[in-house]
Amino acid sequence: MGTSVFYFVAALSVFFSLMVIFSKNPVHSVLYLIVTFFTFTVHYILLNAQFLAVVNFIVYMGAIMVLFLFVLMLLNLNKENEPLKSNLVKIVGVIAGCCLIVTIMGSLKATSVSDPVVLTNPNLGLLKNLGKELFGPFMLPFELSSILLLTAMVGAVLLTKKEKV
Amino acid sequence: MGNLTHELQGVPLNHYIWLSAIIFTIGVVGVLTRRNAIVIFMSVELMLNAVNLLLTAFSVHNNDPSGQVFVFFIMALAAAEVAVGLSIIVMVYRNTQSTDINVLNRLKW
Amino acid sequence: MIIDLVWLVPLIPLIGFIINGLGRNTFSKGLIGFIGSSVIFISFAISIGIFLALGADVNKSHEVFLFDWISAGSLHIPLSFLVDPLSAIMLLIITGVGFLIHIYSIGYMHSDEGFGKFFSYLNLFIFFMLLLVLGSNYIVMFIGWEGVGLCSYLLIGFWYTNSSYAAAAKKAFVMNRIGDLGFLLGVFFIFTTFGSVEFSKIFPQAANMLPGDGTIALIALLLFIGACGKSAQLPLFTWLPDAMAGPTPVSALIHAATMVTAGIYMIARSNLLFDLAPMIQHIIAIVGLATAIVAAIIALTQTDIKKVLAYSTVSQLGYMFLGLGVGAYNGAFFHVITHAFFKALLFLCAGSVIHALHHEQDMRHMGGLRKKLPVTFITMLIGTIAIAGLPPFSGFFSKDEILAHVYLHDKVMWGIAVFGAFLTAFYMFRMLFLTFSGKYRGTHHAEEKIHESPKSMTIPLIVLAVLSAVGGIIGIPEVLGGNHWLSHWLSPVIKHTAESPDHATEYILMAVSVVGVLIAIAIAYVKYVKQSHVPVPDEAKRSVIANLSYNKFYFDEIYDTLIRKPLDAISVFFYRIVDKKIVDGIVNGIGWGTSESSKGLRLLQSGNVGFYIFMMVAGIISLLLYTYLSL
Repeated sequence: MGTSVFYFVAALSVFFSLMVIFSKNPVHSVLYLIVTFFTFTVHYILLNAQFLAVVNFIVYMGAIMVLFLFVLMLLNLNKENEPLKSNLVKIVGVIAGCCLIVTIMGSLKATSVSDPVVLTNPNLGLLKNLGKELFGPFMLPFELSSILLLTAMVGAVLLTKKEKV
Repeated sequence: MGNLTHELQGVPLNHYIWLSAIIFTIGVVGVLTRRNAIVIFMSVELMLNAVNLLLTAFSVHNNDPSGQVFVFFIMALAAAEVAVGLSIIVMVYRNTQSTDINVLNRLKW
Repeated sequence: MIIDLVWLVPLIPLIGFIINGLGRNTFSKGLIGFIGSSVIFISFAISIGIFLALGADVNKSHEVFLFDWISAGSLHIPLSFLVDPLSAIMLLIITGVGFLIHIYSIGYMHSDEGFGKFFSYLNLFIFFMLLLVLGSNYIVMFIGWEGVGLCSYLLIGFWYTNSSYAAAAKKAFVMNRIGDLGFLLGVFFIFTTFGSVEFSKIFPQAANMLPGDGTIALIALLLFIGACGKSAQLPLFTWLPDAMAGPTPVSALIHAATMVTAGIYMIARSNLLFDLAPMIQHIIAIVGLATAIVAAIIALTQTDIKKVLAYSTVSQLGYMFLGLGVGAYNGAFFHVITHAFFKALLFLCAGSVIHALHHEQDMRHMGGLRKKLPVTFITMLIGTIAIAGLPPFSGFFSKDEILAHVYLHDKVMWGIAVFGAFLTAFYMFRMLFLTFSGKYRGTHHAEEKIHESPKSMTIPLIVLAVLSAVGGIIGIPEVLGGNHWLSHWLSPVIKHTAESPDHATEYILMAVSVVGVLIAIAIAYVKYVKQSHVPVPDEAKRSVIANLSYNKFYFDEIYDTLIRKPLDAISVFFYRIVDKKIVDGIVNGIGWGTSESSKGLRLLQSGNVGFYIFMMVAGIISLLLYTYLSL
């Protein structure tokens, strides 16, 4: 079977991400997004990035998507009440997207990297290896990211707090 | 498991790039065509994930763990961004009863 | 030693300026006059001390260093004073004559509102003039040079509410600027040539150079242009007659005795440089002679008593330049001294007359004042004889020394110069007779109010009259049994001494000029006393030459057409077209364009977030395209 697993999962990724942006109901979008992220987790496993697969599964699918869903439900937005953009805007958007992909592909052709991705070090994506990396050369950014998360938390609390009138 | 994963390898790097580019573009198109702020937000998440995947692929290809470390940082950043972004959307909804970005057209001049 | 205290000489008038300037509205007039005069007197006393000390000293050149003023790279400009025979004698003239004129001003200006202002300006002028003569380098000299120009401007425009007086001040200032530019350029050339602006470094170098050097000639020419502006020589002399707009003591002090002689002082100081440029010396002689004659001819028909004296000053300055040009530095400087005495005296006498007649300056409305103003008459008579050059009055010796050297230099020039002396005697006596003899020509009402001036005015007149009469004693030539003390005194500074003609020739030359002067006096006497001739009114018809003379050879009109009008036209062009249209146009255009284009551009900020995102994507695409295409 070999590489066919990758192509199958890739096709699923593309399909579900298209569903994300084309479904009318935002709740459906979130659900499709969760599926998309699941396919990404599979990709990580295929690349033997086990730590990332786990983190993606827990943080993205578990935390972030639940947050989205939570907000949608809280604001009662699970209706298809989104006023549609004009077709012109949609066409323009799609054309712009196509342009983007064409230019990216064009750039890729110019660089022409086409080696197969082969894992030479099986331990690369393992937690032990990444942990050494994180607490070694990336110590400072790692610590700073904790401050970032703290700031985000404070910010979110402050923003959503009802102002006293 | 090592054997199994090894068997699954060998996909050309270009195909990973293709996949990432396509997902990324889908995210862009979503941002461009949708008006619901939350959906736009989700499209941004799609784009971020496309980049994550590409970083991982290159990391494996170059046998360099830094790429995966960066993915980890991007995830931390995305978590922070979502927390703040969603709270902004909540605030906007509270003030305008809508998450339609066209309502926010007073952001001018 | 007192010579080391030389810095007190300019400092004290400066203090007087500050005190009088600050207290001009609060102090009483008596106090202001006392302060203003006493500071000058203190300076004068110190100057005498310095003069005597220098006379007793073997070393005739003292440099008194105060502090380093500018020090940059190879340029070192100290503020230091040079005390040598030349500056010592200038100190005496400036403070001495200045003191007398200060005393005189107390009486002359007593009813003027700007009394305090006047005295503070006068003190400031004395300060700058002392700086000019004391500076041991060209830069300090230049500061004094500019400073006296400033004070001259302030004092000419002293009654600035009269717009023509203010215009006269501006004219003097602008004309001086032209000369000052020449001086400044000359100083720059000196620095590039000699690497210093210090007299003590320049002159020893210059002494080793050969005559005819091009750079030296250029320096000499530029310095001479500077002197032309300050000392009112052709073609920059027209400001001096207009400068008579100032109060009469100012005319006496600044525009007769001291400031206008600064140019002669500067050239005498730099005599070593000028000796190296015979070509320029020749030019100086010609310019001086032309100025002397032209100004004398103009003076013949002027009716304003101060204008006559002004042109006479220009003419006498011309003689001094003539002397400088023929190498008779001693003679020229001698004439500076005697001229300071008799011209200050004449101006002060004129001021006394004007004061007595309540600011009447037109000689056609004077006459018969001899009995009413006896002191003024006697002193003015002495001054007139002195300037006309009759022995044994001071003007005779100095003028004759110049003429003798001119004779050796060029016989034709001598002839013209003697003719000039003849004219001088004529117009001076014409002025004297018109003013003092005959009958009073003003109104009867005014006649009753005529009174002799107060003591504070007559005493300076008497002192100056004595000096004018006997001042020649310092330079009696050997041929008349003297030993010319002045040239011995100046010999450390002025090494070059033009040879004198032999005794017989000198006697003849003297006789010729004396006879010429006597003839001129006789003609003036016959015309203005016997025939009681009075100059015709302005609008009357005149012969061609008289008309030329009366209208000052149309110099002002010529300058007006040749220089002022084209300049005005250019200025108007630059103002209307270049400044208004082009410069303002560019500036306003940029502003207008920015605001207009922003008005258009801000419409892009529609507030539509989707559109912003779209533009962002378009930007990303174009960036990618650019990198792709450039790969």
